[in-house]
Amino acid sequence: MTIGGPRGRHPRLQMPCLRKMERMIVSMQDPDMGIKMRNQRLLITVIPHAMTGNDIVEWLIQKYGISEEEALHLGNLIVKHGYIYPLRDPRSLVLRADESPYRFQTPYFWTSTKWPATELDYAIYLAKKNIRKQGDLIEHEKDNYNLLHKRINHTWDFVVMQAREQLRAAKQRRKGDRIVIDCQEQAFWLVNRPPPGAPNVLEQGPERRNCHTTRVQLNMDYYKREIEYCRKAMARTRVKSSICLEGYIKFNEQYVPHDPIMSGCLPSNPWITDDTTYWVMNAPTVTTPTKLRVERWGFNFSELIMDPLGRAQLLEFLKKEFSAENLSFWEACEELRYGEQSRIAEIVDSIYQQFLAPGATRWVNIDSKTMERTLEGIKTPHRYVMDDAQMHIYMLMKKDSYPRFLKSDLYKNLLAEAIIPPETKKRVFPFMRKQRHSSPSPALLLPAGDAEERGRSPSTAPVPEEES
Amino acid sequence: MHSRMATEGLRENETLASLKSEAESLKGKLEEERAKLHDVELHQVAERVEALGQFVMKTRRTLKGHGNKVLCMDWCKDKRRIVSSSQDGKVIVWDSFTTNKEHAVTMPCTWVMACAYAPSGCAIACGGLDNKCSVYPLTFEKNENMAAKKKSVAMHTNYLSACSFTNSDMQILTASGDGTCALWDVESGQLLQSFHGHGADVLCLDLAPSETGNTFVSGGCDKKAMVWDMRSGQCIQSFETHDSDINSVRYYPSGDAFASGSDDATCRLYDLRADREVAIYSKESIIFGASSVDFSLSGRLLFAGYNDYTINVWDVLKGSRVSILFGHENRVSTLRVSPDGTAFCSGSWDHTLRIWA
Repeated sequence: MTIGGPRGRHPRLQMPCLRKMERMIVSMQDPDMGIKMRNQRLLITVIPHAMTGNDIVEWLIQKYGISEEEALHLGNLIVKHGYIYPLRDPRSLVLRADESPYRFQTPYFWTSTKWPATELDYAIYLAKKNIRKQGDLIEHEKDNYNLLHKRINHTWDFVVMQAREQLRAAKQRRKGDRIVIDCQEQAFWLVNRPPPGAPNVLEQGPERRNCHTTRVQLNMDYYKREIEYCRKAMARTRVKSSICLEGYIKFNEQYVPHDPIMSGCLPSNPWITDDTTYWVMNAPTVTTPTKLRVERWGFNFSELIMDPLGRAQLLEFLKKEFSAENLSFWEACEELRYGEQSRIAEIVDSIYQQFLAPGATRWVNIDSKTMERTLEGIKTPHRYVMDDAQMHIYMLMKKDSYPRFLKSDLYKNLLAEAIIPPETKKRVFPFMRKQRHSSPSPALLLPAGDAEERGRSPSTAPVPEEES
Repeated sequence: MHSRMATEGLRENETLASLKSEAESLKGKLEEERAKLHDVELHQVAERVEALGQFVMKTRRTLKGHGNKVLCMDWCKDKRRIVSSSQDGKVIVWDSFTTNKEHAVTMPCTWVMACAYAPSGCAIACGGLDNKCSVYPLTFEKNENMAAKKKSVAMHTNYLSACSFTNSDMQILTASGDGTCALWDVESGQLLQSFHGHGADVLCLDLAPSETGNTFVSGGCDKKAMVWDMRSGQCIQSFETHDSDINSVRYYPSGDAFASGSDDATCRLYDLRADREVAIYSKESIIFGASSVDFSLSGRLLFAGYNDYTINVWDVLKGSRVSILFGHENRVSTLRVSPDGTAFCSGSWDHTLRIWA
């Protein structure tokens, strides 16, 4: 037994939206809560069980509590997928929010129906049209007709026979029924054989679940793995929801003022005003950072160390405390973790020489156990060999140096001198668009050889030089 | 001989059945354990948070130039450049602020479903139906032939659905229709680690922003979202509450949670410490799948692009929909917020990309 199903599944089964659309359609036709259907007049013919475009939009607005724009959009999608068709102008699957008449498609023709629309069916449909219109088909239908005529030439007699038979049967129906059946068919084929230029709503994208190697075998190994996973998962510590969710509230409070989409940004959002001052003032390395930026360094250690400017200030502070080698060590470890596979041994050795060897110029103070483990580990150097030592130093900076940094004069001065940019005054002629200047690409800033060098050091944001 | 084999067969069947029931009962117990600590809902806790005011976002730039469906995009760290890829194999680098195209390359395959900008801004990665992930250095040399400098890095046995550089240009993480994720050394093309566990195509991934940077989350056609340890290759946590394929996963900015978008027309929020789903973002009128999700900088808003051509904006804390954005004329296939949170970019099957702010 396998999960995954047989190859070549009917692609429409991959569209869960069709099921939901059908449920919508069914509730739209509910005798009590659905749309009130009436007779609609089409020139001189009366079509029963029909509704207007307005009816559809109104019903959607009421049922789902949405705006008219959204209701019209949703209604249009329902029509595009062929579940509702227009009686007037049936060649265009569009919903108009007016008195235009519409009808529900018969379930026989529903898009999710499992029988595929075959070439034969399409040929019969085109043949009928061809006969009725005496050869005057619209261009793409003419092309398709000729194509099919060539391709299934051997059954063409059958096609024409079927077409004639269906036309004959249709003549015996009332005019109203004939119009309805024609519209139903037309809508079905518009969905299944869209004219060139029209969007194909049935288009899916590359097939999923067609790889036999991922088909999971529900055998003993599978269940043994499931059991193993569950046992591990049971043993893990979980935190109460109330505590976790409190975390979001706090995070939200802290960060919303820094969220340009939520709170705007000063002097202005470059995308809205075409003024790039905001980017210039917040470039990775500026002389004077903005107040918001310096405040953010106080949120947590990660904010400080991940901002190139913040990191530089941290370095200055650590120098004063004679523990700058900690930051340098951490950076070197990052270089190891994210560096090329081929340079691992080289980087590990460099780290050892600079930071760990007895008498090293920038010896880092790690606890003896970690040091012992690390020294043992570097005998067979690998990417993660410094993880323990790096974590130890990171925590040292975070728990020890960082709180002192925040209380230091250095940081206090940074806060005091930080800029609060004034809001861009509204332009007198707002309709005159400001010229949009280009900026040098990060790929340009260094000659090709150095670009590789740059790519090597982790977490270095490119430094665009902005024109003002 | 025949009877012995028959009894052995019988024993094996019994073991399979008993393993299956043991697995199922353990799963049930796990759900009970998870539920025990669930003492409050997110929207209840969020009651005291101020409601959002009028929300206005408009298209500020429209990028036209792709001749076919746009499938994926990614931002450069410089906050204005982007890379985008499409069905016809074209990959374009734009300065989206000026809307100028800066580089273009045509891949030898169609349906380039994954693309990523390198952290340095000096290279891009992409792949799709060629089952590979290739890296192209970006050059401005006179006789520029980007295709000539192409480096083939990752090799999968089915389509590439997602790729992302780690903290440097030297490593790439990939997700594939072959059901696996993998970590690669760019320079040598060496496979550093592979991640097995999904029962079907993996469609998306996102790297954790956590300060220790060791994990990532992936989503797949098996309806599971899985969190992985990059170093060991082990699955740390797994969540299975969606009803259909998970098309997109994205970490909440604090790293304590992630959101997912699925073909079941919902987006969900999973908390990693509580080890459970903590919110569902859905509406009866939204019946098409969510293809792509991303958070605003503060994590208060979740932007989600859908297969019904719209973008819905959700209040992450209160669970309500804040706004619906119209404009695209076909499926929204990709959506990313810019690195400094000033805007987000959406790409669509209507051949265009839009910047919203």
